[in-house]
Amino acid sequence: MNLILFTFIVLLGFTSYYFGRKKAYTIQSTKKRLTALPQFYGYYLAIWCAIPAFIIFSLWAIFEPTIVKLLILSDYSNQGYLDNELNLIYEKTKALSRGQFTGEITPFIEASAEKYLSLRSIAQSSKVVIVLSAIIASVAYAYKRISSNSRTREPVEKFLNAVLFTASLAAILTTVGIVFSLIFQTIDFFKVIPLFDFVFGTHWYPAKAFVRDSSEALDPTMYSDTFGAVPIFAGTFFIAFIAMCVAIPIGLMSGIYLAEYASTKVRQYAKPLIEILAGIPTVVYGFFAALTVGPFLKELGTSMGLEVSAESALAAGGVMGIMIIPFISSLSDDVITSVPQSLRDGSYAMGATKSETIKRVIFPAALPGIVGSILLGVSRAIGETMIVVMASGLAANLTLNPLESTSTITAQIVVILIGDQAFGDPKTQAAFALGMSLFLVTLCLNIVALRVVKKYREKYE
Amino acid sequence: MNKNKEQLLNKRYKAEQRFRLYGLSAIFMALLFLTIFIFKIFSTGYSAFQKTWLIVPVTFDAELMMLDQNPSKEDLQDADYYDIALKSMADLDPNANEDQENELKRMVSYFFEKEIKNELLNDPNLIGKTKEVYLTASDDLDQVFKGNYPRDLPEDQRRVSDYQLKIFDQLVANGKVESKFNISFFTNADSREAELAGIASSFMGSIFSILVCLMIAFPVAVLAAIYLEEFAPKNRFTDFIEVNINNLAAVPSIVFGLLGLGVLLAIFQLPRSTPLVGGITLSLMTLPTIIIAARASLKAVPPSIREAALAMGASRMQTTMHHTVPLSMPGTLSGTIIGLAQALGETAPLILIGMVAFVNTIPGSPMDPAASLPVQIYIWAESAERGFVEKVSACIMVLLGFLIIMNLFAQIIRHKFEKKWS
Repeated sequence: MNLILFTFIVLLGFTSYYFGRKKAYTIQSTKKRLTALPQFYGYYLAIWCAIPAFIIFSLWAIFEPTIVKLLILSDYSNQGYLDNELNLIYEKTKALSRGQFTGEITPFIEASAEKYLSLRSIAQSSKVVIVLSAIIASVAYAYKRISSNSRTREPVEKFLNAVLFTASLAAILTTVGIVFSLIFQTIDFFKVIPLFDFVFGTHWYPAKAFVRDSSEALDPTMYSDTFGAVPIFAGTFFIAFIAMCVAIPIGLMSGIYLAEYASTKVRQYAKPLIEILAGIPTVVYGFFAALTVGPFLKELGTSMGLEVSAESALAAGGVMGIMIIPFISSLSDDVITSVPQSLRDGSYAMGATKSETIKRVIFPAALPGIVGSILLGVSRAIGETMIVVMASGLAANLTLNPLESTSTITAQIVVILIGDQAFGDPKTQAAFALGMSLFLVTLCLNIVALRVVKKYREKYE
Repeated sequence: MNKNKEQLLNKRYKAEQRFRLYGLSAIFMALLFLTIFIFKIFSTGYSAFQKTWLIVPVTFDAELMMLDQNPSKEDLQDADYYDIALKSMADLDPNANEDQENELKRMVSYFFEKEIKNELLNDPNLIGKTKEVYLTASDDLDQVFKGNYPRDLPEDQRRVSDYQLKIFDQLVANGKVESKFNISFFTNADSREAELAGIASSFMGSIFSILVCLMIAFPVAVLAAIYLEEFAPKNRFTDFIEVNINNLAAVPSIVFGLLGLGVLLAIFQLPRSTPLVGGITLSLMTLPTIIIAARASLKAVPPSIREAALAMGASRMQTTMHHTVPLSMPGTLSGTIIGLAQALGETAPLILIGMVAFVNTIPGSPMDPAASLPVQIYIWAESAERGFVEKVSACIMVLLGFLIIMNLFAQIIRHKFEKKWS
């Protein structure tokens, strides 16, 4: 229904464009000068068609459900229902009217469902009437207003500018959305679990916090020693550390080689090949780590008499390191290439070899940029999910042995939220609290890294 | 003194060579990882494109099927195929006892009666006759035939019994086992049975999510980029938007999953597990990537173009829409495709919004529950059955194939259509 109406409005828009342009041509044929190109007259009318439609549609979307709900529930007022029960009745009514209700049908609810359907159809038809009459009225008004000396280009361009501006707000809205979705659950979580217990507790067993009966009061003591995030944070940084141990030497050295030593030919092929590593989906790395690297390390360890878990932190971290190599190598390559040639020439003139120049002149000059690229790599390692979920353990051990299994923030979020979630349950809220800490940590890392890189760029430009 | 100097020089040259070697070996290591990686995926995955069939003679006995004389099409639909299906498997070994008959039945896929039914529906004249029918082998025998299954394990650790292997080897010796291209891998939806599982449902899920993502992210990102690059005044608010975009590009993908869960599912009450929600979540993720690419390509359009248009009397909006934006389109498009390729490989946010649900139907619209290719990889990788290992690798091959095609496409657009200003 809405789709048909929408198509019809679009058609109306095209028609009003056509009429606007036609009127402009008529004005032109009377040898009067136009103030804008004829199509602007068309656009002008089309905008006058779009704006009322948009306003009425959004008003309807906001107010229709609330008003219908009020009308339905007015039948139940003065009967001593609680708010919760009223909500339940409303949900039942909606489900019944859609034919999806499976429980026991009472005559009350059946009557409400009928009322609901009739209200909805009244709302629909009145929406159609109001939208169409508003469009026709506004287009007719605008059509009468345009004459040879009326301005049409300026309003059209102003409108477009407003549209562009609105689009650019999307990034801010997304950030607000992230903070919004995280913060309420996190606050609810810390109402039950003290912040201190979360940040300094050393036991993490979310499975213990089974879904509780919502009618019972919440008993915080039940959750003591359940949500201590220290093992999770430690595991996250530990696996990121292992990853950086693989990624920094290999990434940095290949970046240096590509920038300083490699011939154009080698560079042309090696650089995109290494960057393929960045394009491989992380779930593929996770499969590789779980199926190949994990068992391989275990066998290797057994042959040397070591106890290695099949889901060791080493396997997950190592594969994650491979994934991060290209980030570090291409960023440090860029940074090193942008060091001015004069620094190199000065060093060569003093008789330094190439490697001495790199180590003593170029590297210190490029250091801020390199640090920035490493920080971005760390932020990726901390936020990486699939490799850890598939290749590292899911139980949170507090350990510094790379051969044992540990868990990370991201893995715990997935473990908790996979399958059905009950909002309002401390276990679900714990995942959002973890998400919040992840967001904050990576946010700080990103801001610092981007600042450092930007400062560095400005220095040599 | 002189000798000392020479020694020092030699030492420095050696250090130089060593340093160079480190760099070379670092590149070598990175490329080695890539090679091992691709080799491993291909060597475990290529066999999934073949499927093993057992050729079994089936007698279409009208009595066993409870059919009357001259049955209509509907009678054939409703007929009982289980008995003849069971009988034809049992006939493989006339001396089999009841347990062994059961084992014989498990040599073929779970749906074998359906395959026999289709054979008869295609040719109703078969009633009363015997025909050799191709039946999908069970995934364990499939793995045995492909040589992926260790036959020398003790019997109680294998999922295939000695008896089944004996009969199977007889069939192989008689040429009654055939390996053909596995079409059902591409046409079937997911299944609990490895031999029947296919990627069609997750493939459609991926396509729908990517389409939704494209339809939202592309227009919004391009409009935002135009505003920021061409119209935005230089002030604090614009800076704030820029900082936001750069940060969003580096926010971990799982956080977007939490956003989808907390806002799209919990507040807007959109349907769970659907490509619609998945696509919206992915579009928020790709938005910054496309904005950054579009801004870079707008920036690359030389100011002389704008000045020429302005000098001819065009307004700023006309200059932008008629000249700058069309010239920047190749760069924007290739950036969009690369952003979509990233979104196509994304798994974690989709898991959080419930796209891991087991879906055994092929979705027909973005509002139907579905998985996506990377999520399918995750689901199968978590499954313990041996038959799924090669499926995972094959699914990875399909996914990588798509990513390669998309990236090539982006390269072609960039090189073919982008104007070089110099």
